[in-house]
Amino acid sequence: MPEIKELVKNLAGKHGRTRESLIPILQGVIHEERYISDEAMTEIARELDISAAQVYGTATFYSFLDTQPRGKYVIRVCRTISCAMKGKNLLTQEIEDMLKIKIGETTQNKKFSLLETNCLGWCHKGPAMLVNDDAYTDLTSEKVREIISDYMKK
Amino acid sequence: MSYSNLKRVDLIFDQDCNPKEIIKNTFAKTNDQIVNELLESGLKGRGGAGFPTALKWKYTAEQPDPDKYIICNADEGEPGTFKDREILFKVPQKVFGGMVVCAKVIGAREGFLYLRGEYRFLLPELESQLAKFHADLKDLKIDFNIKIVMGSGAYICGEESALFESMEGHRGEPRNKPPYPTISGFRSKPTVINNVETLVYAFMICMHGARKFKDLGTADSRGSKVFSISGDTPKAGIYELELGMTVEQFVDDFGDGDTKAVQVGGASGFCVPRKKFKETIIGFEGVPTGGSMMIFNSSRSMYNVLHNYLEFFEEESCGQCTPCRVGCQQLIKGIEAVKKGQRHANYLEHLQKLAQTMKITAKCGLGQSVANSFFSIVENFKEEMIY
Repeated sequence: MPEIKELVKNLAGKHGRTRESLIPILQGVIHEERYISDEAMTEIARELDISAAQVYGTATFYSFLDTQPRGKYVIRVCRTISCAMKGKNLLTQEIEDMLKIKIGETTQNKKFSLLETNCLGWCHKGPAMLVNDDAYTDLTSEKVREIISDYMKK
Repeated sequence: MSYSNLKRVDLIFDQDCNPKEIIKNTFAKTNDQIVNELLESGLKGRGGAGFPTALKWKYTAEQPDPDKYIICNADEGEPGTFKDREILFKVPQKVFGGMVVCAKVIGAREGFLYLRGEYRFLLPELESQLAKFHADLKDLKIDFNIKIVMGSGAYICGEESALFESMEGHRGEPRNKPPYPTISGFRSKPTVINNVETLVYAFMICMHGARKFKDLGTADSRGSKVFSISGDTPKAGIYELELGMTVEQFVDDFGDGDTKAVQVGGASGFCVPRKKFKETIIGFEGVPTGGSMMIFNSSRSMYNVLHNYLEFFEEESCGQCTPCRVGCQQLIKGIEAVKKGQRHANYLEHLQKLAQTMKITAKCGLGQSVANSFFSIVENFKEEMIY
């Protein structure tokens, strides 16, 4: 995996090679690859001169540092109470029907992953979701179809 | 019904001020003057725990260590809270201003803003606001630098010592306390860690003086507070209100006419049922809150509400201490079993004992506060837990 090697090296160059750089580097890998592979973790461990177990331990703690392969667009639907009360289940159903996947799964073409997440901080404008870093709020079935269709075309 | 009886305040989002000017004027004062002004104001931390801000700054200032840090905690994750996002979006210069004033008092040259991963979309604008702030400091010949650090989706990192662990590149597992951050925080150096809103209030107190703040609120809960209001309300959103109101006054203003309960302080806070609205004060003398106010009307099942909270805690528990890790799992299993009739209703008492054990033995605030919502929902809505 020469590309991963290159990516990790560049990220270490940018953020430094101390333990404090670990999470920024992991975040950088997520930004490019959408998940942190075993190869990436081994490479980061080598670059920072720490054990791969420490990299794994840190990465698996954080819900946004995925260690499972994910699609290009990761959809995270808020499942916490205010969004749940505003009908997030209908919304999830809508996305599942459109993408033909269930929560936790990734589409065949590796374009979308559908996940649920805890409070996104949009309780007054629920239901809400993130697609990668972008927040979408006040969602309706119609709005969700529109947003997902736009991503499908990308 | 006395409509709109709550006093709206506009200190936080007031744009009619010049942050650079406030910094300049505040730097002309002595550290003692600043700390005394803050002490006089009665400002307590706005993240939920409510420690007096002046004392936090004073204790850190007293440490002889040459390296100290000021950290802005923007890892806003409590369910039902979204005010810090709005503050960072609308008045970031005031947040940075609060940080540099604290830096002067404690003697720090470096500050950090720990932003939750869910708010990454704020980053480009924050970075450009930060560049402007650094340019202002250069003009004023102040040696201080702020760096933004991103979180990655872990509620527990809002706990201050877990946040330090995260910044140091580790799993966000809370540390034992003491030592407290004022003595040993980030990089084991004396550290002030304040909530976003607290820093803005501190900055506003520097501008207006203690009086304006102190004249608001009650003896135990001075000033005003930014509330995040959601749930069954026609007026969901962010409101800055004077402290000291009762839940009844709050519901008269924000409820939909059919309010059954208000969850004050998020999943880790307290559920106040209708029969206690009148006697319950929102503030440190009653039910404290970091700003989260979730309103439920009579169409809602409080079992579902509690189940949702417990699922939240089960997933967000860092897992290092047994009471919290196993306790959350067992509480969920337990209420499910009672609801399905697999366990007798008396079993709820066993679960309450478990929650009480978690309150006493869990290592940090997360595990300790699960009991708050558990007790207040189970005791007040017992029939909904059983049938």
